[in-house]
Amino acid sequence: MGAGRLYTAVAAGGFRRYATYRAATAAGVFTNTAFGIILVYTYLALWDEKPHLGGYDQAQAVTYVWLGQCLYATLAIQGGGAEKDLMERIRTGAIAIDLYRPADLQLWWLATDLGRSLFQLLGRGVIPFLVGAVFFPMALPADAGTWAAFLVALFLAMLVSFGIRYLVALSVFWLMDGTGVNQAMMITGVFFSGMTLPLNVFPGGFGEVVRVLPWAAQLQMPADVLLGETGVAGALAFQAAWAVALLTAGRLLQTAATRRVVVQGG
Amino acid sequence: MAERVRDGRRGAAEGVPEGRRGAVDCVPGGRRGAGERARDGLRAYWLIAGMWIRSTMTYRTSFALTMAGNLVVTGLDFATILLMFSQVDSLGGWSLPEVCFLYGLSATAFGVADLVLGSMDVLGARIRDGSFDTLLVRPAPVLAQIGADRFALRRLGRITQGSVVLGWSLVSVDVAWTPAKVLLVPVMLAAGAAIFCALFVAGAAFQFVAQDAAEVQNAFTYGGTTLLQYPPTVFGKDFVRGVTFMLPLAFVNWVPAAYVLGRPYPLRLPGWTAWSAPLVAVVCCALAGLAWRAGLRAYRSTGS
Repeated sequence: MGAGRLYTAVAAGGFRRYATYRAATAAGVFTNTAFGIILVYTYLALWDEKPHLGGYDQAQAVTYVWLGQCLYATLAIQGGGAEKDLMERIRTGAIAIDLYRPADLQLWWLATDLGRSLFQLLGRGVIPFLVGAVFFPMALPADAGTWAAFLVALFLAMLVSFGIRYLVALSVFWLMDGTGVNQAMMITGVFFSGMTLPLNVFPGGFGEVVRVLPWAAQLQMPADVLLGETGVAGALAFQAAWAVALLTAGRLLQTAATRRVVVQGG
Repeated sequence: MAERVRDGRRGAAEGVPEGRRGAVDCVPGGRRGAGERARDGLRAYWLIAGMWIRSTMTYRTSFALTMAGNLVVTGLDFATILLMFSQVDSLGGWSLPEVCFLYGLSATAFGVADLVLGSMDVLGARIRDGSFDTLLVRPAPVLAQIGADRFALRRLGRITQGSVVLGWSLVSVDVAWTPAKVLLVPVMLAAGAAIFCALFVAGAAFQFVAQDAAEVQNAFTYGGTTLLQYPPTVFGKDFVRGVTFMLPLAFVNWVPAAYVLGRPYPLRLPGWTAWSAPLVAVVCCALAGLAWRAGLRAYRSTGS
């Protein structure tokens, strides 16, 4: 089996696995929609008070909210993607089996996670976004080029998101338990991705720093590409740079882990 | 550490049989008063929760860290509000101390409910893996058992964080305090916690019907506490109607807080509604109790 076919099959498996739980998906759609509605009202009040905050008008702010709800599960912004299983396998020692498979560990998990992401996008993300578009005024681009650029940005965001979570998961080789790092990942993910408020609203020097961190590549960049608030080339380059940096770091850490760490087991 | 672990286990082992003993003698009596059943339930709850607290306290460092983490996680909502007010002076016409007053009430009341019954979302998982049946054969009220299941003391984080904000807002909000207004604050907290508890129980009852769909209740519980952190003027009128008359979240803080802050009541409700929160809480709890009973009666084991 060619490498391409292998990882496609793994990704398809990841997709199917999440597609199995229909009730859970429907529940997720409902919850994301409910939170979207609450957030939209608070954002509208904020933008009412200060129009053009962060360079967005009201319709753009509304679009940002629904994009956030659409990508919340897709990019596993608070964790809970493939890295959850990886951590559990490291903790129990089952990782030893993964390591002697004739497949690359990082690519294997990346493929699984991309399959999951794709399902979460289609199964869970699209409906809240459409609900938002029907009931609230949104600023959506009319030209196909912007949508195409947005899809590329979204794919890069998936890579960055996996890159962060893979590093976190590998830390369990040393830490043995992922509870603490999971919590840290959740806090940083939700806050620095701009799930609470768009990063371009963050004030002063703090805002400057937050906007160049890797989490900015997750939600803020795809949103700005979709809303036409940033140069496409610059945004994609920013995301790609972080994707490469994180995946390279993941590879180095993986090498260190598999060389030096004794696998758990009994 | 090994010594401590063993201590923790011994503590746990002591806890459970005692709970059983206490409950066993309620069976031969057959039908007994609601008061006594409630007392049995509270006793079972306390014993099981105590067991979980002892097991948590076995790993003190881990507890301290997760508690600190919980403080930060639950504080993210508040960070959002602070970020908003770094850009504006008022939101929906409400000032920062006023919004903090709403936030503190909502977060503290929800924190109490979350501490007491927040683990009830494991019910779906227990139904799926069949371990729910074990709870049914134990001679203690099922609601008490599932409520105390995995009792997580780290949830004190939200209560702490909410009450600090509430405390700050109480001293900085511009209100001419009268005895009635002062009295209303603890009443709001108690009634609010009870309303959120009812939501958790109703959510658990819903899981009997839709086991995998446990996440739906997050929209009402977490969603509820989030929306109550903002002034009612922020939301659309139909939305406010919905959370006043259909899902009476507005009585957790919006309506009584309007009295305390001297602001117009949402939906122009009459003045006495500020004091109706305890009544609303009692009705909510009764309805949730009925839903729970119906769910429990409809329960059929997984059979495999």
